[in-house]
Amino acid sequence: MNKWLTPRSSLGLVLVAAALIALPFIAGMGGQAWVRILNFAILYAFLALGLNIVVGFAGLLDLGYIAFYAVGAYTWALLASPHFGLHLPFWAILPIGAVLACAAGALLGAPTLKLRGDYLAIVTLGFGEIVRIFMNNLNAPVNITNGAQGITLIDPVIIGQFKFSATSTIFGITVSGPQKYYYLLVLLALGVILVNYRLQHSRIGRAWQAIREDEIAAKAIGINTRNVKLLAFAMGASFGGIAGGIFAAMQGFVSPESFSLIESIMILAMVVLGGMGHIPGVILGAVLLTILPEALRYAVVPVQKALFGEVLADPESLRMLVFGLALVLVMRFRPAGLWPSPERRRELAEKVR
Amino acid sequence: MSDLPVLLEARAVAKHFGGVKALRDVSLTIRQGEVYGLIGPNGAGKTTFFNCMTGLYVPDGGGFVFAGAPLVADAPHRAAERGIARTFQNIRLFGNMTALENVMVGRHVRTRAGVFGAILRNGATRDEEAAIRRRAEELLHYVGIDDRADDLAKNLSYGDQRRLEIARALATEPKLLCLDEPAAGMNGTETEELRVLIEGIRADGTTILLIEHDVKLVMGLCDRVAVLDYGALVIEDVPAVVQHDPRVIEAYIGVAA
Ligand SMILES: Nc1ncnc2c1ncn2[C@@H]1O[C@H](COP(=O)(O)OP(=O)(O)O)[C@@H](O)[C@H]1O
Ligand SMILES: [Mg+2]
Repeated sequence: MNKWLTPRSSLGLVLVAAALIALPFIAGMGGQAWVRILNFAILYAFLALGLNIVVGFAGLLDLGYIAFYAVGAYTWALLASPHFGLHLPFWAILPIGAVLACAAGALLGAPTLKLRGDYLAIVTLGFGEIVRIFMNNLNAPVNITNGAQGITLIDPVIIGQFKFSATSTIFGITVSGPQKYYYLLVLLALGVILVNYRLQHSRIGRAWQAIREDEIAAKAIGINTRNVKLLAFAMGASFGGIAGGIFAAMQGFVSPESFSLIESIMILAMVVLGGMGHIPGVILGAVLLTILPEALRYAVVPVQKALFGEVLADPESLRMLVFGLALVLVMRFRPAGLWPSPERRRELAEKVR
Repeated sequence: MSDLPVLLEARAVAKHFGGVKALRDVSLTIRQGEVYGLIGPNGAGKTTFFNCMTGLYVPDGGGFVFAGAPLVADAPHRAAERGIARTFQNIRLFGNMTALENVMVGRHVRTRAGVFGAILRNGATRDEEAAIRRRAEELLHYVGIDDRADDLAKNLSYGDQRRLEIARALATEPKLLCLDEPAAGMNGTETEELRVLIEGIRADGTTILLIEHDVKLVMGLCDRVAVLDYGALVIEDVPAVVQHDPRVIEAYIGVAA
């Protein structure tokens, strides 16, 4: 432990911590909307790190990851809203959501993990769509999900008397709802970072890497490749479930359209763009892909007005254009991602050469 | 030698690929503690025999009995669990992992830590992890490449890669170590070093099944030798007998010379 806590690294740690604590107040100066964007950046980082276990560590291409997020979100929505009149506490719902998402992951993984590469991608893509369509249609004959209208008035996170949705004054400082969620999300994100790090440097993490490198050799030394892959799938799914629960609580509203294919692709893009398998890279990818489009949205209209005197392209369509362009450029010039692990950079450099 | 207990028994193992009969009812017996040679011309079915035994292929007929119980076909990880480890004719290392990590993965099948152990990193997990590392270091030393521990496997020399593959296989604590042409592509010195290594492994109590083209190496090392030709077993006997069998000279040594 002591070899890490040198004076320099402790100073760095203190600075990072101070920045993380101050951030929501700095963002809050620009309005609570910016705090919400910040929150989504962290939520997406959380999701991307969950998917990183599946894609980055175990090398399984999952295009339906958003399904597990949906399971978590609907679990929270159904267990803590007037829809069924249930109002379970967060410490009960979050684990239930994680377990249900994990079960969904196992359910999808068990029959499909024999498939390789592209085939697995197609099946997971289908699964993601199936889950969304289920949410969309499970309102008849028995109304479970309330269909396309979604579920409203979802309970926020409440710990004891402490409500995360409301503004309150703590030690004379006014803290808004989004700012409170920010701290909760940061805590959760630190948790998933720790889990990612520890998994990577463990017996299981090595087995994942071995499978990625050479599945036949991995089998020959006795790795039960199917079970170990399933483990990655289930782990990733559980984190998706937790993120979904927080999403539902934070928004107070869920509907199937939040869980479309493009969301799965966005999260995958965060992982790939940032640097597959490399924790800091994945976080960077998630933060960039959340913040930049928002910043763009604020910038596009005034910039166009200044240049052309009128708005030629609406921000939403420009967003996809810029996003696509960014992906192409990154893959062309930094194929291992913006911030890849040193090993992966070497690996790809050799392949491209 | 014939009084030693049987470790592996192949019973009429057959395998074909379309029209190619790669193995025709091959039966042979490997006894505990011996170095058993499997030779034959290219395409004779030697590698296919390995693949059937280790569960990579499902035999079309027959089967294997290992250490008193049948081997389950189509369950590659089980073979290692039961105590069969192998190397590959065309080396299959985890190229982007270090030499040390390659051997550490080899400990997978003899260790237990799961997801929760990894996340909580409790005492038992830390102890196991330390033991894995220690054993992997020992094995690298054993095969003589401890100075390359932190190099990526793909950056090792050819001979070192062969050694690393053996170290990784040994990490699974095999009862039977199967080597598929370990001397292929090696020069005289390297082959001699390999011979010493294999002698050492045998002396430490591991039974060895050796596929090899280097006739001198096989005849010098093996207690018994089986010859395959066109998927069929030609003879199974001590080297002195095999070497002078006319069928073998015709099928294999005759062709090679
Ligand atoms: N996966 C496979 N598919 C088709 N044919 C194969 C396959 N594996 C081996 N064979 C064929 O089986 C025969 C035996 O091959 P092999 O066991 O590799 O021989 P050896 O190792 O003795 O050189 C060859 O004719 C080879 O072409
Ligand atoms: Mg061969």
